Amino acid sequence: MSTDGVDTSKRRFLIGATSAVGAVGVAGLAVPFIASMNPSARARAAGAPVEVDISKLQPGERITVEWQGKPVWILRRSEQNMKDLEGMADKLADPKSELPQQPAYATNVYRSNEKRADIVVLVGICTHLGCSPTFRPELAAADLGADWKGGFYCPCHGSTFDLAGRVYAGVPAPSNLVIPRHQYLSDSVIMVGEDGGAA
Amino acid sequence: MNKLQALMGWVDARFPATKMWEEHLSKYYAPKNFNFWYFFGSLALLILVLQIVTGIVLTMNYKPDATLAFASVEYIMRDVDMGWFIRYMHSTGASAFFIVVYLHMFRGLMYGSFRNPRELLWIFGVLIYVALMAEAFMGYLLPWGQMSYWGAQVIVNLFAAVPFVGEELSIWIRGDFVISDATLNRFFAFHVIAVPLVLLGLVVAHILALHEVGSNNPDGIEIKKNKDENGIPKDGIPFHPYYTVKDIVGVVVFLIFFFAIVFFAPEMGGYFIEHANFEPADPLKTPEHIAPVWYFTPFYAMLRAVPPMFGSQFPGVVVMGGAIVVMFFLPWLDRSPVKSVRYRGPIFKAALAIFAISFVVLGYLGVQPATPFLTLMAQIFTTIYFLFFFLMPWYTKIDTTKPVPERVTS
Repeated sequence: MSTDGVDTSKRRFLIGATSAVGAVGVAGLAVPFIASMNPSARARAAGAPVEVDISKLQPGERITVEWQGKPVWILRRSEQNMKDLEGMADKLADPKSELPQQPAYATNVYRSNEKRADIVVLVGICTHLGCSPTFRPELAAADLGADWKGGFYCPCHGSTFDLAGRVYAGVPAPSNLVIPRHQYLSDSVIMVGEDGGAA
Repeated sequence: MNKLQALMGWVDARFPATKMWEEHLSKYYAPKNFNFWYFFGSLALLILVLQIVTGIVLTMNYKPDATLAFASVEYIMRDVDMGWFIRYMHSTGASAFFIVVYLHMFRGLMYGSFRNPRELLWIFGVLIYVALMAEAFMGYLLPWGQMSYWGAQVIVNLFAAVPFVGEELSIWIRGDFVISDATLNRFFAFHVIAVPLVLLGLVVAHILALHEVGSNNPDGIEIKKNKDENGIPKDGIPFHPYYTVKDIVGVVVFLIFFFAIVFFAPEMGGYFIEHANFEPADPLKTPEHIAPVWYFTPFYAMLRAVPPMFGSQFPGVVVMGGAIVVMFFLPWLDRSPVKSVRYRGPIFKAALAIFAISFVVLGYLGVQPATPFLTLMAQIFTTIYFLFFFLMPWYTKIDTTKPVPERVTS
């Protein structure tokens, strides 16, 4: 085949243009494949709020409920616990809860709704890599040190949190446990996942 | 006989059957001085076939559904004829695959098999290793036990640590906000078809690259530099029948160990199948002590060794990923004039030994609970792991070497 008189720059342009159009087509076709791996409409709808009766919850006790497939802890602290929480600041990474890990109404030392300062609602998933920490309410636990005031210990990577879900400094977890939106429907019923638009 | 030859001729005119047989087996000349370290390549191929065959049979009874998966595995173990045997071969095969691959990689490090002209061969090999880790990780979710669930939760959350897009990325991978039925179903799809296809393609590329440049050997010298009048390497012998027959001996020894484990210790004391995995997955409760399966623990120890920085755990993820990425650069980090450890000086020998020890120690630390002392140890050995690579251009250059012979030694 003779290649005399071939306009190579035109040929290069046509090859380039065809490749570019083809690449756009491939990229366009990738979109539905990628989108199909997103959470489905059913999975997105599964995050409905959960109502929890806390009338039988005693000081120092914790209950676990499921919300959006995640464990949510509701913990009632004793008076001693509340006092301890106030004196923890120098051991914690974010004692004032400055990182946006909670709704504004829980940005206080107890990380609780003002309606019930002794109750804290926490998403029970470690902010490190998503394990569910163990509840360790006992004081001065042998493996956690003599000045352990009770809290949560993550078995996966050793992160520790106090009884308000605030992370200790120098552990793998970077931030405090998440507090979900919640509101009190009455003195003894909490709704998790919905706060009626409270800021 | 003549008819058979005629048939072969008919086929060869239409498909390169004889040509491929000769290129890759009967006229592929491998160095005559292979030692036992050279069994592990063909053993890895054997395990790949074993995993595919047992895997296909397992899918006939397994159900990739969060409500049915755990029970379907128990059904295979108790009610399916020989189901326990197929399943234990598959689960033991996963660990055996990593044992063989780690030894195969160590062989490459010892004899300089990653060096020019085998850089691409090495890179294909590292890609196979990465694909194998993905395959093993997704396969481990399928029994839907406690360790399956929480192991997957931790690993998928590694992606959430990526700045800016991490949270979205991890949700996209799971197809849900937590590990759920959607995750199990897609990991099944990846484990049984997507990753095995990639793995097979990479294995073909690995073998084609090997046969293009020719095998290295314990002396680390190129047998193609010394050819006889027919163009055949003087130190080469045809792969078939010499090494096919020799490899059968390796296969027999391997299978003795393999089936000893399958029959007498399929859980291997909780290292091949972890005890917590005999409990169905519970999204509300993490087991008291979780650790990945043994073949991931060196990297897991590195992940735990790095404290969070700037309120993010991303640095730990980068270190863990970097431990694998750095392997790709190995061919260009080694500046020694010789390839094989046999002709290298004391510095490289010491570095290689310390590297191997630190990898094993990290593996041990990865199964232990994190205490301040063990975390410190993990930090020290992670540093050693990386120094082996980062200082390599320097210590391989200043190291003494012995003269390399012209021909392979017996």
